[in-house]
Amino acid sequence: MIGLAHFLTVAAILFVIGVLGIFLNRRNVILMLMCIELLLLSVNINLVAFSAFLGDMAGQVFAMFVLTVAAAEAAIGLAIMVIFFRRRGSIAIDAADQMRG
Amino acid sequence: MLYLAPILPEAIVGLGAIALMMVAAFVRRGSIWTHWVAIALLLAACVALVGAPQEAGRVFGGMYAADGFAAFGKVIIFLSAAVAIVMAHNWFERDYEHGAEYPVLILLSALGAAVMVSATDLMMLYVGLELQSLSAYVLASYRRHDERSAEAGLKYFVLGGLASGILLYGISLLYGFSGTTGFTGIAVAFAGEEATSIGLTFGLVFTLAGIAFKIAAVPFHMWTPDVYEGAPTPVTAFFAAGQKVAAILLATRICLDAMAPALDAWRQIVIFAALASIILGAVAAYGQTNVKRLLAYSSINNVGFALVGLAAGGEAGAQAVLFYSAIYVVMTLGAFLCVLRMRDADGRPVESLASLSGLSQTRPALAAAIAIFMFSLAGIPPLFGFWPKLMVFNAAVDAGLQLLALAAAAATVIGAYYYLKVVKIMYFDEPAAPFLRPRSPLETGLIALAALIVSPLGYLLIGPLGRLSANAASVF
Repeated sequence: MIGLAHFLTVAAILFVIGVLGIFLNRRNVILMLMCIELLLLSVNINLVAFSAFLGDMAGQVFAMFVLTVAAAEAAIGLAIMVIFFRRRGSIAIDAADQMRG
Repeated sequence: MLYLAPILPEAIVGLGAIALMMVAAFVRRGSIWTHWVAIALLLAACVALVGAPQEAGRVFGGMYAADGFAAFGKVIIFLSAAVAIVMAHNWFERDYEHGAEYPVLILLSALGAAVMVSATDLMMLYVGLELQSLSAYVLASYRRHDERSAEAGLKYFVLGGLASGILLYGISLLYGFSGTTGFTGIAVAFAGEEATSIGLTFGLVFTLAGIAFKIAAVPFHMWTPDVYEGAPTPVTAFFAAGQKVAAILLATRICLDAMAPALDAWRQIVIFAALASIILGAVAAYGQTNVKRLLAYSSINNVGFALVGLAAGGEAGAQAVLFYSAIYVVMTLGAFLCVLRMRDADGRPVESLASLSGLSQTRPALAAAIAIFMFSLAGIPPLFGFWPKLMVFNAAVDAGLQLLALAAAAATVIGAYYYLKVVKIMYFDEPAAPFLRPRSPLETGLIALAALIVSPLGYLLIGPLGRLSANAASVF
């Protein structure tokens, strides 16, 4: 029998992978975008699992909002990445080094 | 239609932004008029904040609060958004940069911020926060031909996305272990026997961490200097003023409303963030040579003081936070208006501290204004910036947090060093190349007004502003 704890564990693992991906990844920005998506989707698993086990619709409605916002966020992230690429000719994380200190 | 009256200000800003975007797409003649329309919309929204519907309390099934607290925050947000649009007039150089996108994005960001201070439901909170952040990411990279602006946008987006993820994870735990997304229901869960549940505690910690990111409190401040430096100055001013106040007030509402019974749990976190912000904001500013970076650390430092007020909790704490935010916004906007005046002989913006050398000889009035803002940000007594700091410390002492107040007051002295350094550079160093004299009476007027408010004359405002903030804080 798969219970609430199993869903929460999967979501927690995905969340940790997403956070580690953002901090450990030194290569390119697309991977970072994917990690952010992973964070949001792990939260969605949480919300939907809670919603199902509590018998409360609010969690599923919330998941819809999160999906919508995640789509808008990805669009804006890609747009910013494109203008960055036009200026620097690279989307490597190390290329973002104009400002330090 | 009467049930929509409490959201009249938001409707003016939101529908106005959409209509403005559509109309601007079809009108060929210039687009500077869109800036004025946007300012008019923001001022109209401020006027709409007066009246009985704005004291309606919880509306829309308890998801939204139209109360004095929210109205206080919204006035600050809308006015600082209007100032950010005024600032843009002389800042953007290319024609396309004066496009309708800038005022529309500022309006949408202000709308998101307004929803943040009014939200009494996790879902509403999330939508408002994201509307505000998504507009802010675009605004940060608005000068897309400028390398630093693009980089600022990218850094802000990645770290902001991470913050949203952390906040959302906390929200999902709060929802799961309290069974509701409403602040009232969550407060009931925190007061009940569930309070010791590890799930609720984790939810509280993640939620506060996500919000700390948005208000740039240590240890989640690392994006602030880069983004503030790279973003166009009018946008930076809006980030430091309206947006920051929205996030502080959101933190205040969530701590004092949804998490009120868990006072001991969130107080430790807020105290740590407050002290760390005050100290790091003061120490890390030492080596900075860029004025915008310096102001970024100054804003981190100031957020720390506002959090001292929040740590005090209760009505007195909320009042201190509100009062602090109002004066902080005036000082910050004034300082950024002065940064806009820093232009070399060709009219190009300069940002180095060294370019301020000897300003008192070339531009005595501007130097005096900057000196007033710096002394005030440092909280040196005759100036008005001292009073909100005193209020915050008072609230902390009354709440039994004497050690916190003492440590924060001691750290003020560290912070005073770099504010005074700016004044020393202006008044005692050899003059550098003089700045270009701008022609913008409106900005001059705003600088003069801000300087007047934070000057000792500002103490006349203690009465009215104190009453307003006390009324606003009475919702807790």
